[in-house]
Amino acid sequence: MKTDDLIAMLGTNVEPVDRKYVLRVVGAAVAVGTLVAATAILLAFGFRADLTTTRAFIFLFSKLAFTIVTVVLTAIMLTKLARPGGERRISIVWVASPFAAILLLAAVNLAFAPSAHWERMIVGDQWLECLLSIPIIAIAPFALITWAVRRMAPTDLRRTGALVGLAAGSISAAAYALHCVDDSLPFVALWYGGTIVLCTLAGVVLGPRLLRW
Amino acid sequence: MWAPEAELKNLMLAGLDGDAAAHRSLLTSLSNYLRAYYRRQLGRIGRSATDAEDLVQEALLAIHTRRYTYDPVEPLTPWVHAIARYKLIDHLRRTRTSLRDVPIDEAPDLIAEGDHDDTESTHDLGKLLGQLPEKTRRVIEYVKLEGLSVAETASRCGLSESNVKVSVHRGLRALAAAIARERQQ
Repeated sequence: MKTDDLIAMLGTNVEPVDRKYVLRVVGAAVAVGTLVAATAILLAFGFRADLTTTRAFIFLFSKLAFTIVTVVLTAIMLTKLARPGGERRISIVWVASPFAAILLLAAVNLAFAPSAHWERMIVGDQWLECLLSIPIIAIAPFALITWAVRRMAPTDLRRTGALVGLAAGSISAAAYALHCVDDSLPFVALWYGGTIVLCTLAGVVLGPRLLRW
Repeated sequence: MWAPEAELKNLMLAGLDGDAAAHRSLLTSLSNYLRAYYRRQLGRIGRSATDAEDLVQEALLAIHTRRYTYDPVEPLTPWVHAIARYKLIDHLRRTRTSLRDVPIDEAPDLIAEGDHDDTESTHDLGKLLGQLPEKTRRVIEYVKLEGLSVAETASRCGLSESNVKVSVHRGLRALAAAIARERQQ
């Protein structure tokens, strides 16, 4: 085939393009993914039962703040990374900042607590449930966001995959927070942070296979 | 120094708004830059001009079918360059060529020179179209090859207009995918 023939074909009946397409599709995938994850958690475990106390409310709020800030920052980065050459326009520092903050707070929290309480603060009651639920529930938002990013044109598939995993993991962690009653900061830093990092690593591995175009 | 950037970007923006003449002229200019770029890159590792033309066409298809990923507040050349380089590396990976010999290059390298010497690629449009589902193939033939309007095609095929538009878009992407599969074999 002659290149001129291809150009003639592509240049015939050119449709106008939706300039907000990337934002719309990635945004929709993140929103639907969040909805699916929250529904799955509430159906499987139900809402945390003790929300009548102010204390529980504050802890729920701070867990949601950590995870939702991560989701929003990651989604913004993804709308850049999903475009060709986008890896030059983003900085990983942004998505790392919520993790740095929660680790710092957890360290301060431990420093002021007697060391006899440390194990209880770190291990909590439901660490196993948390460790399993977050990655499993993350599969749904992961699939949705992968579907969205596949329609785009990322050129750094590992980094894009990492952010897809990070977004899915933090969406799932936000949903899990609706149920979880382990409220110590070291617990959140280790088990929420750790499972989100796990999802991110899965994204690094899967990105080059799933996101090729 | 980057003289073509402003001109190319204007054509791109007009094309995004549906200006077919601007879009065609953008693709023609880009094809010349892409050809020079791929011949230079592939020449370094002893590959032929036909390989380069294959890549030019793959890059053009990608640019066209994924043009909504261009962010109008950014310059155009780095966007095109990122696609061109991605397709180059993907091609070398598929053909199992060592990536060690691929030099790092920057966006200005893409528009450093142009090459008008259009040769035939190995892609056979008729054969590629034959791989598409019947409905999609007919819609592509009417809208993109014969130049019938979307409305006319819709009434001929008994489809809605939005259905025709979606089929055209899917069809072109399927063509790009068919080319990629062909290369892998």
